[in-house]
Amino acid sequence: MGGIMQVVFDALSLGSLYALGALGIALIFGVMRLVNFAHGDVIAFSVFALLWPSVDAVAIIFAGNLPWFLLIPFTLAVGAGLSVLSEVVVFRRFRRANPATMMIASFALGFVIRYFLLMLFSSRPKSISLLPGLSQPVEILGARIPLLQLITILVTIGVLIGLTAFLRRTRFGLEMRAAAENFTMARMLGVRANRVIMGAFALSGALAAAIALILGSQTGTANIMMGASVMLMAFIATVIGGMGSLAGAVIAGFALGAIATVMQVILPPDARAFRDAFVYGAVILVLIFRPQGLLAARGTKERV
Amino acid sequence: MARPSILRRTIATPLILSALLVAFALAAWFAGSRPFNQTVIDIFLQVVFVVGLYTFVGNSGVISFGHIAFACLGGYVAAWTTIKPMMKGSAMPGLPDWLMQMEIPYWAAALAGGGFAAFWALVFGAVLMRLSGIAASIATFAMLAMVNAIYSNWSSVTAATSSVVGIPILRSIWPYMIAAILAVFIAWAFSISRYGLALRAARDEPTAAAASGVNIARVRLIAFVISGAIMGAGGALYAHSIGIVTPDTFYLGLTFTTLSMLVVGGMGSLSGAVLGVLILSSLIQGLRWLEAGVQIGTSTIALPGGVQEIALGAVMILILMFRPTGIMGNSELTGRRARTEKPGEPGTT
Repeated sequence: MGGIMQVVFDALSLGSLYALGALGIALIFGVMRLVNFAHGDVIAFSVFALLWPSVDAVAIIFAGNLPWFLLIPFTLAVGAGLSVLSEVVVFRRFRRANPATMMIASFALGFVIRYFLLMLFSSRPKSISLLPGLSQPVEILGARIPLLQLITILVTIGVLIGLTAFLRRTRFGLEMRAAAENFTMARMLGVRANRVIMGAFALSGALAAAIALILGSQTGTANIMMGASVMLMAFIATVIGGMGSLAGAVIAGFALGAIATVMQVILPPDARAFRDAFVYGAVILVLIFRPQGLLAARGTKERV
Repeated sequence: MARPSILRRTIATPLILSALLVAFALAAWFAGSRPFNQTVIDIFLQVVFVVGLYTFVGNSGVISFGHIAFACLGGYVAAWTTIKPMMKGSAMPGLPDWLMQMEIPYWAAALAGGGFAAFWALVFGAVLMRLSGIAASIATFAMLAMVNAIYSNWSSVTAATSSVVGIPILRSIWPYMIAAILAVFIAWAFSISRYGLALRAARDEPTAAAASGVNIARVRLIAFVISGAIMGAGGALYAHSIGIVTPDTFYLGLTFTTLSMLVVGGMGSLSGAVLGVLILSSLIQGLRWLEAGVQIGTSTIALPGGVQEIALGAVMILILMFRPTGIMGNSELTGRRARTEKPGEPGTT
């Protein structure tokens, strides 16, 4: 029993990270058809915003010393701010460009952010202790799991509920959903394009910062590449979920986390090293049978 | 009045591009400095990769993140077939006997690499080419990640993530130049062939093309296999240019470099593919040179580390901002005045 619960919690917490990432990518894709490769670098930036620029191995914690009730809003604001800034400075000029061009532009932007961090902090991973006290284990249903894992899951559920309420109950959320469904039509009905897009970028950036906080306290290191692996999985989850479908992105994120965790357990030890190859194989299979994704968003189907 | 054949009308493009490549090679030959030589070799290899990528991406309009996987396959074929049998035994003990004893010249390894990659392109492509648009892009990405995961872990055959050393290094620029020119001609020949034209029709108007009898999945597959072969041969030559291979050489870094060069040059244009490489590589070299420091009078001016990449990213964004379809758009260098044809819509699905 305890063993199974352990796997369930592992799967849920890994899935939470992927789901939060996928949501950040799907939000932006929904309103402007941009696959944002800079998302992973926003995650890294949010962690490094807590440190003072230095190239030493031991990080000089700067804003990271704030008490948690200031630290969390600060980090979220940094993520949202950077994300909105990237919209205003870069992506606004690409509204009419084709998706490939936008994608390469977002990649180039991510490159700029990453090497900006490298210039200030060097490429060596730094050890940080962010929100210590979260690593002590708690016992639930016979499984001993770190408190952080539990908090990750709860925070994700909280974020999902909050976001759903925001999208369904507020005017801004309504505008955003309308824009995701049919951007041109929404504009004609009086939705302000810039406001909605900036809102989507801000939300997406804040989600990136949430991932940054979780990853930072989970691994205890800050690394300029730390966003990359989560972002790749999140990116895949967005597509399997159905590009632009927020619910699909979340479900696919959890599904990927579950597949990765379960494979780690059930594969024979010899094949375990090839876990990722199996996960990517599963991704290809899903796409073959459901090229539109698990939950196809309305309005993304090609019309003839 | 008969129009000149498509061959006559388009032959100028590969000739101009080849002349450009020869000019680069001659410049390197006259300069005669070793580091510059290596730079020009790198540029030729990038030309092979980007032209290979263009053969599929440019003609089909489907962005592929997976082509570097074929370069990886080709690179390891070069390692398997050209390293001295004695050295192979210790690094890669799992190789079958006949492969263990094999020691073939570099050009044969490049052909074998191309063939091996083409075979796997056929296998993967048969499955993947049924997809289109962003689903196809992600599936190719999953293919890249899969190949990387397998090559990073299959230690008995690929030495896992540690580098495989001992591949004979080839320092002369000419073989690379010939490979780049061959790639250009293959890509050109494909794009004016019946399949290439059908594929471009399917890129611009999928419904109309299908209605006119184009089997989209099949023409895409043909392009995928040809471009896979070019990438595989390029990967093998890449292995010969530096003498070592690791799985991570052929992963995200190279994928994005080649894709950026293609998009900056102009996704739908062979000239764009070649010019994208030449322009971005020159830019990278120029910035590296500044980073290393420039002697002006008595003082040396050097840029701090990291500025090179930041400037590169910024320049790419600026180019795309002002020319969203890349430097060449969809047109080719023909040696004549710009055609009257209106610049086509960006060819993506």
